[in-house]
Amino acid sequence: MTGNRQLDVADLRVDGLGPIDLCLAEGECLVLSGPSGAGKSRLLRAIADLDAHEGRVSCQGTAAEDLSPSQWRRRVGMLAADSQWWRDRVAEHFDTPPTSGRLEALDLAPALLEGPVSRLSSGERQRFALLRLLANRPRVLLLDEPTANLDPDNVIRVEKLIADYTATGGAAVLWVSHDPLQTARVAHRQLYLEAGKLSQKPAPRPMQDRPS
Amino acid sequence: MILLDPMDLALAALLVVASAALAWALRLGISRSLLIAGARMVIQLLLVGLVLKAVFDRAELAWIALISGVMLIVAGYEATARQKRPMAGLWSMGVGVGAMFVSAFTVTVLSLTVILGPSPWYTPQYAIPLLGMLLGNTMTGVALSLDRLTQTLWERRGMVEARLMLGHPWSEAVTDIRRDCMRAGMIPTLNAMAAAGIVSLPGMMTGQILAGTPPVEAVKYQILIMCLIMGATTAGTALAVQLACQRLVDGRERLRLDRLRSP
Repeated sequence: MTGNRQLDVADLRVDGLGPIDLCLAEGECLVLSGPSGAGKSRLLRAIADLDAHEGRVSCQGTAAEDLSPSQWRRRVGMLAADSQWWRDRVAEHFDTPPTSGRLEALDLAPALLEGPVSRLSSGERQRFALLRLLANRPRVLLLDEPTANLDPDNVIRVEKLIADYTATGGAAVLWVSHDPLQTARVAHRQLYLEAGKLSQKPAPRPMQDRPS
Repeated sequence: MILLDPMDLALAALLVVASAALAWALRLGISRSLLIAGARMVIQLLLVGLVLKAVFDRAELAWIALISGVMLIVAGYEATARQKRPMAGLWSMGVGVGAMFVSAFTVTVLSLTVILGPSPWYTPQYAIPLLGMLLGNTMTGVALSLDRLTQTLWERRGMVEARLMLGHPWSEAVTDIRRDCMRAGMIPTLNAMAAAGIVSLPGMMTGQILAGTPPVEAVKYQILIMCLIMGATTAGTALAVQLACQRLVDGRERLRLDRLRSP
């Protein structure tokens, strides 16, 4: 079964959170919602192995502790809610510059890449941060409100790029979102996190059943 | 040589009192520590005068080792005492003491055995002042770099963790911060070296000249000391930053700011 499972989380506990069990199939997008302070970010951080935790997390059958931390985080890539930059120019944050196709998909002018980070708007930073993460070709994407700073057009562009990425490579997504409309657009499955416990939510209705 | 009487020192002490008064008027919140530090300085120096007299009369290795040990522990404590977010538990002081032990002690022993060569090598008239100067300067470097390191990691945790999330190895994620902190620790010594003789007449040289040593001889000693201080400060700072970085990360390359004490 592990062949088409991208992420397995078993009995995960991190202070006050859990035990959490979940698994993500190839290409699957699971949207996680819940009140703020419920521990959504902490759950993502624990899966990315940024916080000490108990329990077992594995990607394509390989447990986190069998890989070096940097190998693990390249396979299970997390995108934080606020993007971070540590060099002056945007391009210096990329090992290999993003393809023009991807820049275009997110409506980013290639010239921005050569310019300083300080000239980017917060939405542009957030979109570049996504491209920077995708450049690692992660098998699992942990997205913490990835569209929080974006205007409606760019929200759709980001959703489409992520859908394309998962459809072509089979990567799975664990997506934290507060927006029910976004959840309806992107989720194959939903879970609700409250007081440190996960619970099921009814699956969203398929596209074609929805009134237009 | 002009001998000082207590009245002379009392006049000089008025300057410390005046500084404290100014600090109080400007609400800097350090008047109390300033006065306490001034009082400590007087008492400590008077005591150390007595201790040095006793040690110089006896010149036994065990005594010298004991005094060096006390100097080291106090330097370790002082280096970490005024940090905003020191490492919790005994780690902060331990890192300071360890870094200074390796750097200042090694340089002192090497310079005594290889360069100065008094007999015996631990002759206290040489060993104690030399160690004191090296510890004093290394302490400043270690204190500045550790304070900067813990502060910067706290403030820039988001950046460090963002790099970790992208799969950068820990050492790469903190490399800029580590460099900045080492630089911060080395700058005072660098400045002192660059300005020596023009902006400032270093204390030891001045002391020797006041005591009647020919200026050129005093200058040679000062050059030696400056070189030793630079070497010890660089080594001490590098080691302190390295040890602290290792403490603030765990085996899974997670940033462990929970190992800092909150202010």
